[in-house]
Amino acid sequence: MHLLVCGGTGCRASASDAIVGKLEKELEEKNLQDDVQVVMTGCFGFCEKGPIVKVLPDNTFYVQVKPDDAKSIVEEHVIKGRKVDKLLYRDPETSKEISDSKHMGFYKKQLRIALRNCGVINPESIDEAIARDAYAALAKVLGEMTPEQAIQEMINSGLRGRGGGGFPTGLKWKFAADNKADQKYVVCNADEGDPGAFMDRSILEGDPHSVIEAMAINGYCIGASKGLVYIRAEYPLAIERLKTAINHARDYGLLGENILGTNFSFDIEMRYGAGAFVCGEETALIHSMEGERGEPTFKPPFPAESGYLGKPTNVNNVETYANIPVIYLKGANWFNKIGTEKSKGTKVFALAGKINNVGLIEVPMGTTLREVIYEIGGGIKDGKKFKAVQTGGPSGGCLTEKHLDTPIDYDTLIASGSMMGSGGMIVMDEDDCMVSVARFYLDFTVEESCGKCSPCRIGNKRLYEQLDIICKGKGTLDDLDKLRNLSHVIKDTSLCGLGQTSPNPVLSTLDNFYHEYLEHVNDKKCRAGVCKDLMQYIIDNEQCVGCTACARVCPVGAISGERKGPHNIDQTICIKCGACIEKCKFSAISIQ
Amino acid sequence: MVKIKSLADLQKLKADMQTKVDLREKGESAENLVQVKVAMATCGIASGAKQVMEFFMDELEKRNIEAVVTQTGCMGYCYAEPTIEVTLPNQDPVVFGYVDTKKADEIIEKYVKEGILVDGIIPVNYETIDDKNK
Repeated sequence: MHLLVCGGTGCRASASDAIVGKLEKELEEKNLQDDVQVVMTGCFGFCEKGPIVKVLPDNTFYVQVKPDDAKSIVEEHVIKGRKVDKLLYRDPETSKEISDSKHMGFYKKQLRIALRNCGVINPESIDEAIARDAYAALAKVLGEMTPEQAIQEMINSGLRGRGGGGFPTGLKWKFAADNKADQKYVVCNADEGDPGAFMDRSILEGDPHSVIEAMAINGYCIGASKGLVYIRAEYPLAIERLKTAINHARDYGLLGENILGTNFSFDIEMRYGAGAFVCGEETALIHSMEGERGEPTFKPPFPAESGYLGKPTNVNNVETYANIPVIYLKGANWFNKIGTEKSKGTKVFALAGKINNVGLIEVPMGTTLREVIYEIGGGIKDGKKFKAVQTGGPSGGCLTEKHLDTPIDYDTLIASGSMMGSGGMIVMDEDDCMVSVARFYLDFTVEESCGKCSPCRIGNKRLYEQLDIICKGKGTLDDLDKLRNLSHVIKDTSLCGLGQTSPNPVLSTLDNFYHEYLEHVNDKKCRAGVCKDLMQYIIDNEQCVGCTACARVCPVGAISGERKGPHNIDQTICIKCGACIEKCKFSAISIQ
Repeated sequence: MVKIKSLADLQKLKADMQTKVDLREKGESAENLVQVKVAMATCGIASGAKQVMEFFMDELEKRNIEAVVTQTGCMGYCYAEPTIEVTLPNQDPVVFGYVDTKKADEIIEKYVKEGILVDGIIPVNYETIDDKNK
């Protein structure tokens, strides 16, 4: 028998260590230590009801366990085989006790559709993929559906583009199918560029066949015989595994001429990008594949009319493709029951930042930010206070406490001033300065702007400078108005999606954290202690014993004072590196 | 390699593969194999998954335990890399996090040999598309 005690950070904070100790002690007293093992586990993802103890093999699930409950668990459950009723979870709707965690579907917030095979199959074995239904959807579509029917099925499923824009995938296919041409192309956009996002990489590294299969289906639907994967060269392992998978698929005849004995022929080639953010924009991506500069062009014409080499082209993102085989196998009606009214299915997020369980997660659309952060993510690191969550990368915005219970889907995120983006989700706590966060994203945009249109090239640079001035404590109220005006101009006049969304981090922080901007401008203060120019390191003369440790560690010699006498920091020399505060054993140095 | 020329071919191959995988996972074959999957995405490899995988291969052989060690993609538990999944015959798979070679040794000695769980298990916290069918 095993007693599993949740050792996730949240449960640990509520004394799971003590529970382990008590359980072990009780078992020892009853001389059961050899028959029953107490094991500390990772997070169960049900932190609000923690600490959690699970009993194996019967799967009993105890919630909100206190160290003193160890006695009853051992005496009742372990020895007498009776479940401890008061510790069982009660279904909030029926208020019935649920004892077996196998029936606790409700605590499983995640549903893996796009990630169904990631971490399950060997990505370099096509046989293992086939055992898990790879290429069965392709066979079904080729054997049972006309391209029109297959497109209609995609429209019915309600799948929207997972790259960030959220355009209905079925409609996109229909446009490309409706344009007649001797040659058409299917392109997989694997140019994942948002800072902190790695959904697409994980899918390509974990389940490359799902993307290949979906591209072939896409080709059949729109009448294309050629597929291209545009992937950044910074993803060597993803490239290698995708190549292996393409070769295996060719060996089996699942790519190539007359696939599965039909008239349909399709093959895939790879194209490598040099890692320019703007190449995630579909027109820039296409130009980059053609060997041109990776710069966007005005739409229309959309790629569905004139794309790669001037031919009708359909571009979809990796995660979009990964969803597609399941939609055909289980049917559009299965898929469109998951999610919200206008956003169907699930979304993969790369959960990062000041959160306990950093990870790759997949949740049904409509899950709230609170569920993602506090249950799946296990809450904020070190018990600090939640401040904001950034979604949508450099094109998105920051959501705050008041958005925590908003269900996540394309439209609610836009209504809250952010966007879905490709799925980066960065959690920030009280130690993050929102002005600096905005400046960080603008720094990224300035670096990545292709420079073709002036609002983006010059405007973002000016935005960055303005933010920098504010962070350095030299901003005025006037600057805040300028920031807002300039942001709107850039949004309204930029050529492509990059410029049209790049001011979002500024606008959303201005909306949600205006008080922090005001503090920077009026009081010259940064409450998070991030903006170095607004801080001073001060030595408290009462506390300082004159050990000289700080003076010795100061790299610029800004600290002076007699041995055994109080020391002082010369603010004109201090570079605010923080070395002194780390060295001081007497807590005499503080930041003001 | 034999080409798959029709839906029937594909279904036959799938059935064959499933039996093979099932045999391995459920241990209904004579050998009762232990299966170890190591999450080997870029991030897993960066935190040492390769060494862990080699350790399992070498040590399981040295210790005369019949096992299949395979690589797989990202399991999603970035905070606990390297992660591995161990499936003993007739048992549900168990995922372990923070697996270095020391932990790997403990897993072999305790879990693989004696079926005793060790600290560092990561509970399954997601539903699969097959669960969703029911």
